[in-house]
Amino acid sequence: MTEVVEQHPFAKYLREAMMPHIWCTGCGNGIILNAFVHALDELQIDLDKLVVVSGIGCIGRTAGYTNVDSFHTTHGRPIAFATGVKLANPELEVVVISGDGDLFAIGGNHFIHAARRNIGIKVICANNFNYGMTGGQFGPTTPLKASTPTTPYGNIEHPFNLVHLAAASGATYVARWTTLHVRMLTASIKKLLQRKGFSFIEVVSQCPEIFGRRNKMRTALEMMEWFKKAAVIANFSDPAKAEITPEKIVVGEFLDLEKPTFEELLREKMNEISKENGE
Amino acid sequence: MSVKFWRTPLDSEKVVKPKAEIHIIKDQCKGCGYCIQYCPKKVFEESEEINARGVHPPKIVDEKKCIICSFCTAICPDFAIYVKEKQCKDGC
Repeated sequence: MTEVVEQHPFAKYLREAMMPHIWCTGCGNGIILNAFVHALDELQIDLDKLVVVSGIGCIGRTAGYTNVDSFHTTHGRPIAFATGVKLANPELEVVVISGDGDLFAIGGNHFIHAARRNIGIKVICANNFNYGMTGGQFGPTTPLKASTPTTPYGNIEHPFNLVHLAAASGATYVARWTTLHVRMLTASIKKLLQRKGFSFIEVVSQCPEIFGRRNKMRTALEMMEWFKKAAVIANFSDPAKAEITPEKIVVGEFLDLEKPTFEELLREKMNEISKENGE
Repeated sequence: MSVKFWRTPLDSEKVVKPKAEIHIIKDQCKGCGYCIQYCPKKVFEESEEINARGVHPPKIVDEKKCIICSFCTAICPDFAIYVKEKQCKDGC
């Protein structure tokens, strides 16, 4: 008699050989992956037309876990790679899932210019406030006064406000949720997948093992309780005022507008020129 | 379980309350405790047993209390839990 192995309904979206994933107990990355595959399941997206690109970092392993065409790029370059994929074949749905250190420290310029040019790629950023994979060094999103192995007396650098940065750079859809807001996050990812222009979701994620235990939140549950206490939903509020502080995390959708995308303008221009040349 | 209404809804005879069927894949659980903490009906509690990963997976206290909101499915980082509606023809 063969043993019946229990199958999770989302198992078909995950690479069986790579499961169970290596993320720590209660890591927010698992929830983001869960929300992403949930959105895929609800939309019944054609998996042959979906590309997942990720960079270096804990969340970078998503590219290996999702059972679609995916690529795990070098540090900071997922958007550069995704731009190439999208321009080579605009029919593909290209989703970049990466971390804050990857997208905003080493890959910061790629991000702002992809947003400025409005390339039709979708970016989901897991913001865990530090470089979790390499031991928790402080990064561009570490809050002021937070303790990390490289800022043992408290961080003195002002963090990025990612939603404001994305909105100011020209993204057409900007949202921020925490991992506790899974329902809203899933709805937002669904929206993201149906859009055309450059879209960005920041997911405030917990890193209990590295960031939490140095900042008086020893377990994943305590970090979740922080999100629960601090999160304030304010849809379409000013992203400039949505800074993350220990007391307040403003979440919600900040921006939703339509602009012609780079690949559309590119095709238009190419057609125009080839007509002028009489081809 | 009977529900008390201040007046009886007209279709209360026809409508059957869905019953939940909760599946816990015990060996995938890493014991974060999100399902136990954030279940709105407090269906789970930590069990005594130890799974393959050396943690205590959740156990079901009362499956009847479940309202199939599937929040546990959504929030589980390890794909270790899912809820289905029980398929039963008559009486279960």
